[in-house]
Amino acid sequence: MRDLSPSRREFLKQGSGFIIGALAFSSGPIALLAPSKTWALELSALDESTGRALLKFARHLFPHDTMEDAVYAMVVKALDKDAGDAGLKKLLGDGVAGLDRAAGGKWMAQSADRQLVAVMALEGSAFFNKVRGTCVTALYDNPLAYAHFGYEGSSWQKGGYLTRGFDDLKWLPDPPADASPPLRRG
Amino acid sequence: MATYGTSDDSVVVVIGSGAGGGTLANELCQKGVNVVLLEAGKRESLATFVNDEWPSFGQLAWTDKRTTSGTWRVARDFPNLPAWTCKAVGGTTTHWAGASLRLQRHEFKALSQYGRIGDANLLDWPLTYEELAPYYDKAEDKLGVTRTHGIPGLPGNNNFKVFYSGAKKVGYRNVHTGRMAINSRPRKGRSPCLQIGFCFQGCKSGAKWSTLYADIPQAEATGRLDLRQECFVTRIEHDAAGKASGVVYFDGDGKEQRQKARAVCVACNSIETARLLLNSHSTQHPNGLANSSGQVGRNYQRHMTGSVYAIFDKPVRMWRGTTMAGIVTDESANNPKRGFVGGYEMETLSLGLPFMAAFLNPGAWGREFASAMDGYPNMAGMWLVGEDMPQETNRVTLHPTEKDRFGMPIPNVHFDDHPNDVAMRAHAYRQGKAIYEAAGAKRVILTPPYPSTHNLGVARMAASARDGVCNKWGQTFDVPNLFISDGSVFTTGGSENPTLTIVTLAIRQADHIAERMGKGAL
Repeated sequence: MRDLSPSRREFLKQGSGFIIGALAFSSGPIALLAPSKTWALELSALDESTGRALLKFARHLFPHDTMEDAVYAMVVKALDKDAGDAGLKKLLGDGVAGLDRAAGGKWMAQSADRQLVAVMALEGSAFFNKVRGTCVTALYDNPLAYAHFGYEGSSWQKGGYLTRGFDDLKWLPDPPADASPPLRRG
Repeated sequence: MATYGTSDDSVVVVIGSGAGGGTLANELCQKGVNVVLLEAGKRESLATFVNDEWPSFGQLAWTDKRTTSGTWRVARDFPNLPAWTCKAVGGTTTHWAGASLRLQRHEFKALSQYGRIGDANLLDWPLTYEELAPYYDKAEDKLGVTRTHGIPGLPGNNNFKVFYSGAKKVGYRNVHTGRMAINSRPRKGRSPCLQIGFCFQGCKSGAKWSTLYADIPQAEATGRLDLRQECFVTRIEHDAAGKASGVVYFDGDGKEQRQKARAVCVACNSIETARLLLNSHSTQHPNGLANSSGQVGRNYQRHMTGSVYAIFDKPVRMWRGTTMAGIVTDESANNPKRGFVGGYEMETLSLGLPFMAAFLNPGAWGREFASAMDGYPNMAGMWLVGEDMPQETNRVTLHPTEKDRFGMPIPNVHFDDHPNDVAMRAHAYRQGKAIYEAAGAKRVILTPPYPSTHNLGVARMAASARDGVCNKWGQTFDVPNLFISDGSVFTTGGSENPTLTIVTLAIRQADHIAERMGKGAL
């Protein structure tokens, strides 16, 4: 860090950083969408180590083993935006420090099991609730998550599912016409 | 489209443009009555609706702060969102699923059919099914309800196929794609259903009935409707003789306005209806307008609800097509042998991925929850909706200290489940689980009630002024030219989705108001 110019140093002190990651599953649904195998999240309020800890914390809260870090990064992105507020930034920073305390050392360096014990120790805290609540909206409401879960999202622009499989389930028998009248065309 | 002066006291003022108010305004305009329709929300359209759950919620939902109390789980999970209703032209008819069921004969006579139930404030409706039947007929025709008036049912989607298969294996007999106010073929200028999904987010094809694009344009075409959007009514005023004289509201610019009226009709979706009456207290009405009975805000009913989601080992993709795609009606009879009075309906339901994360088990985290979400594409879902017991203590009150941006006290919604509600929910969960297990479910998840979309009973109809707020026409006992025109008037809730009955009562009320005006009695 010695080689940084003062202005760059000042910029970093304000909490800027990047999280850079790579896709873990080269043939998954997200790899098909992504233009490259690496991804980067630019942070404006949080520093990189806080961002990485929050990403890992989100993975413990909602563990989808085959889901890319790139999706969890959406949670960090939302938290980073909220951290523009000084009080929330402190809550998140203190929360990560609290994880270290609960883990009796650097939380990020611990085994997954020990990390989870520290997460459980913070359940119900304002920090925990803030990250959990942000996960609910940020983790499951983005195009990458849609691709991961196979959810198709907005359909009206494709004419809905009338001719695109609203009733394409074949592993059960079709109900009779009096219960489910056939589609009327024209 | 008409424009009336604020001092024009010949107009009927209708507050709220949803199933009750939007219908009433149109029916009155069709009869030559001049109407000012005040709506707190904005006017969206088929073009502006979005197939995206959170942005749509931001566009349509009523998100003004409310508080909650009581032992219901909604108070813990969504402490400031007791209800999921709308602030938009068209009200909650933009959001409703379209299920259009008549209340059953016995449900109009809850007290005499069920008997006295401890802590339940049961009462018979002051009108009968037979009195309402011709109006139900008109409402079904207006809405274009499938399986009525020769309108074919909708084709069932994947979610329905799973539901049907399991329900039949369990032995249910009445299982079909429902009576829905969603066009199965073009009708009355509205398109047929394109199986878009997103029924809750505003129907982008207009196949689902909503006052936004059905009744309100019809009313505008008469030249008698003055629709004022983004106008938030804070008080109803009365004159020395005790008649409603007009309303105070804040327009879109935040400017206070005062509209005179010949009659005032309140249709603000229960919580706001009760709040408006309570906030309109005066020396003549110290406990709130039209509240000599003390029943305004009481007997708040939200239906016994709950959901069952099941995960299968093959794809369902329940989000494809109509949200409420089918029904089992077998449990809607009153059969106290089950351990509770009243009945419930089972109706398919689906949520998109974002809302599933928020509602499947609010507050949950960890591997159990995440693994349920992993099953999302293979999930089928149903909603359980049944009659809940009216209780005097389940109640909308004014918050003692918190006020809205207009300086008016915000509402608090208190709710405790009645033991009958708890017993019914347990039964419904058991039966819902049995349906999905019969269809081959690998895992079944019992989901707690969402914020209420069915908000009923807080200004109920009664035969006597002692027992309720209004008579069988929705006319308040205390103020002869003040009418209640939404689900607040329900004496009891029945087991059916309430919109069809709200529309039916509004059509009937319009007849009554126009007739009284014709006789110079109003």
